[in-house]
Amino acid sequence: MTEIICITCPKGCHLQVDENNDYAVTGHSCPRGEAYGKNELKNPVRTLTSTVRLTGARIPRLPVKSSAPLPKGKIFEVMRLLDDVTAAAPVQCGQALLTDVCGTGVDIVATKSFEAAP
Amino acid sequence: MKFDVIVIGGGPAGLAAAHAAWQDGCKSICIIERDKELGGILNQCIHNGFGLHFFKEELTGPEYAGRFIDMLRETGVSVRTDTMVLDVTPEKQVHVVSTANGYEILEARAVILAMGCRERTRGAIGIPGTRPAGVFTAGAAQRYLNIEGYMVGKRVVILGSGDIGLIMARRMTLEGAKVLACVEVMPYSGGLTRNIVQCLHDFDIPLYLSHTITDIQGQDRVERVIVAEVGPDRKPITGTEMTFDCDTVLLSVGLIPENELSRAAGLEMDPRTNGPVVYENMETSIPGVFACGNVVHVHDLVDFVTAESQRAGHAAAAYCTGVSPAAAPLLPLKGGNGVGYTVPQHIRMENAQDGVSVFFRVRAVYRNVKIVVRDEKGTQIAAFPREHLAPGEMESIKLPRVLLDKAVGALTVEIEEGSERA
Repeated sequence: MTEIICITCPKGCHLQVDENNDYAVTGHSCPRGEAYGKNELKNPVRTLTSTVRLTGARIPRLPVKSSAPLPKGKIFEVMRLLDDVTAAAPVQCGQALLTDVCGTGVDIVATKSFEAAP
Repeated sequence: MKFDVIVIGGGPAGLAAAHAAWQDGCKSICIIERDKELGGILNQCIHNGFGLHFFKEELTGPEYAGRFIDMLRETGVSVRTDTMVLDVTPEKQVHVVSTANGYEILEARAVILAMGCRERTRGAIGIPGTRPAGVFTAGAAQRYLNIEGYMVGKRVVILGSGDIGLIMARRMTLEGAKVLACVEVMPYSGGLTRNIVQCLHDFDIPLYLSHTITDIQGQDRVERVIVAEVGPDRKPITGTEMTFDCDTVLLSVGLIPENELSRAAGLEMDPRTNGPVVYENMETSIPGVFACGNVVHVHDLVDFVTAESQRAGHAAAAYCTGVSPAAAPLLPLKGGNGVGYTVPQHIRMENAQDGVSVFFRVRAVYRNVKIVVRDEKGTQIAAFPREHLAPGEMESIKLPRVLLDKAVGALTVEIEEGSERA
């Protein structure tokens, strides 16, 4: 049994999820909470946001995100990949910098456009 | 130089206000921004979670700002970056200075104040101890890390559980720092629940509620902090002290609307919000001067800043075309039991044909309560049941015109007496 707080809405219900009983959820007050509880234990995912090195622009960091949520367990692995990425201006918001990270099918994309610095 | 509308501040509030004024037909609009680019604080808020209400999708801060900047590019709104506003006069002269153009006095028919807010610092809360390097406000550390590319420390204690502190707990952890604890003096968190879960629980960072830092130690750099439990009076309890060996302290202890210009202009201020007193359309006590976003009251969600700022932009455009509401009849609005403040503070009935949305914060965590609105005679005008209320989450109610018409004298928004605190 694992206790988690539901973040589907601001109420913050305390859910109990029973891994040994087909991830049965108790403590929820709506169906969205039940679905959240099940997913959080079966397959938790998070959108990763970070920055990578940027050359030729006004500032030295380019903000990036994963194009879709990543399995929670892969987050630090993907962070290590970002250490070796250098983007060069001009960069377009949405431009992919890495594709299919760690076999997840998810890309790392820029979240801001930068012109080349004059 | 003369404009219809001058917008002071190019963050989310200023961007939305300028765009709304343009949509309403104002053709001469200027945004003045002191930073090198538009976007304000969103540029350093690289995390996602913005835009769920307004764009109906989850965006990062730079993406949210980027959408508005792109929308403005399609307009004739002019932008002056790297330009500091020194003074706004009641006659709506805006004194500015910049490297490119030196000192200038710009004139406007309407001014929109959208300067945002700034962080409370160590000095503002008076933490005892030495004065070593390594004590940052969370937002300053966020800028260093996300824009300038500097890690500010390796072993971190965060004081305060505001959203920026929580976001920085996750961010520093992802970048390889060890976040030892988040320490909150109140018995509840000041941040959004989803940030507690995704920034602290995800990384097993302990949150110490009803605790505070009682000492910062270290010569050149922070070496350790002493944390103690506090009683209901928020005073440290002797014998509960814990020591954390750390090199960095991040402060997330509140935001203060940045109103030097507003005060100097002589606007009526509200001591509860630290922002200007506003009418239903975000107009301040000086006709033709409007205010919106965090300069009026600190918001949790940028989407609500956008909505509020659009109201200000539309109202400024209406003012320029000569449509100005009569001052009377006026309905003052204030917070009562459990309600810290209200925005707006006054409703001009003539301008409230479609009713008015009222924004406020509660002073404690409540479950299953009623928000009630009473008039001066104590008659209940409206009641709104809520399953959950918390100081960390701005609340709003919509008062329809028919109910406003029933009110006699000033309105009070309050939590029903005898309500159960969670």
